[in-house]
Amino acid sequence: MEGQHAAAVAADPAVGSGYFDAYAATGLLAVVGVLFVAVAFTANRLLRPVVYSPEKLLTYECGVDPVGEDWAHTQIRYYVYAFLYVIFAVDAIYLFPWATVFAAAGYGAGTLIEMFLFIGFLAVGLLYAWKKGVLEWT
Amino acid sequence: MNLLDTVLRCVATLVVFLVLPLVIGQTEHKVMAHMQGRLGPMYAGGFHGWAQLVADGVKFAQKEDIVPAGADRRVFQLAPAVSLLPYLFVLLAIPVGPDGFVGQAIDAGLFFVLAVMGVAVIGKLMAGWASANKFSLLGGLRTAAQLMSYELPMVLAAASVAMAAGTLSLPGILDAWQWYWLPWQIIGGFVFFTAGLAELQRPPFDMPIADSEIIFGAYTEYTGLRFAFFLLSEYAGILVVSALTAVLFLGGWHGPMADQLGWLWMLLKTFALAFVVIWLRVTYPRLREDQLMRFAWVALVPLALGQLALTGIIKVAIA
Repeated sequence: MEGQHAAAVAADPAVGSGYFDAYAATGLLAVVGVLFVAVAFTANRLLRPVVYSPEKLLTYECGVDPVGEDWAHTQIRYYVYAFLYVIFAVDAIYLFPWATVFAAAGYGAGTLIEMFLFIGFLAVGLLYAWKKGVLEWT
Repeated sequence: MNLLDTVLRCVATLVVFLVLPLVIGQTEHKVMAHMQGRLGPMYAGGFHGWAQLVADGVKFAQKEDIVPAGADRRVFQLAPAVSLLPYLFVLLAIPVGPDGFVGQAIDAGLFFVLAVMGVAVIGKLMAGWASANKFSLLGGLRTAAQLMSYELPMVLAAASVAMAAGTLSLPGILDAWQWYWLPWQIIGGFVFFTAGLAELQRPPFDMPIADSEIIFGAYTEYTGLRFAFFLLSEYAGILVVSALTAVLFLGGWHGPMADQLGWLWMLLKTFALAFVVIWLRVTYPRLREDQLMRFAWVALVPLALGQLALTGIIKVAIA
């Protein structure tokens, strides 16, 4: 375990030579970040007063007592956007591996046509959603 | 000593993460004050109120920490950290100067920063849900809807740069950068910066925290240090979005004498963009929720797709 860790940080961080080596620094930064949060809240705990009262712990609602139970109906207007997003985002993910190679020697015009097919699909999907009134509010 | 080196880089990232957002915050106080013909904070620290944010920090650290009785305690307490820390990770991957002047070069850096920035929004959603407050929940849902709408044009615009550079590594993108990318990628730059603003919920895209409608959105129930963490995450977000826009679309450290002064160019570009972020806050009224959603799908996504087509054609033509 110790040896593995040493090997992971042995690569020059500036070059990022090994694919996973680069993430060793990310892991270390996670430790630094968690430490920062822990120190901040420990200091906070030492400095702050603790004077609880039932009124203070009440949910805020414009200065009056909260109204209603924990079950309520509301119209969620954004769920169609969620569907749209999932579809488009999954498509967009495929762009990245493709983007790094599409102009390499031997690809050329073929990949460009592929790209227009891809963009065409997205555009048609967007137009369809638009036509169906998904992008309208009411 | 490579472990020591890595530790130093991480600590340096943390220092940048704690200092530059405060500088941006103080700049916001002053720029807004001047644009609105008033003074702004003038007393703390003596000279033009430079210590105002430090004083604010001390105040926040001394305030009582209140978790509402109805709240989902653990999630409520964790949310500010989840919202703040992702920006720290992004900073690690942003190149500051040439020849490996970067916290850590990551091969899939562009992908990494986009993915990690999305996590920050989860923190806000956690806050909105766990508060058990009507306003918080509305704010959280608006945040989520906004992320879903604006993440897509942001990703597409970033992909355009990856296509131009032929790499996902942020230092690699800057190594491949040429001056003509500036006009070539300008639509993508506009889309990326605008979508970044929306993701940070900065005005004019601040519907999720619209004070006149839903108090302070997902942050309504927060006090003290946890509230301060949310504010800090907003300013860290401005720093990160400005720096990323500078790297991807304005050439990062490129400029005269880049070998010696690269970091200065990077800083200047980042702060110029941060100034624009503040400027927009003073200039534009808030977009209504439906306008906000429409703007993403009807304007930004088609623009980003157009930029992809343009990038592809020119790249193949000059390759």
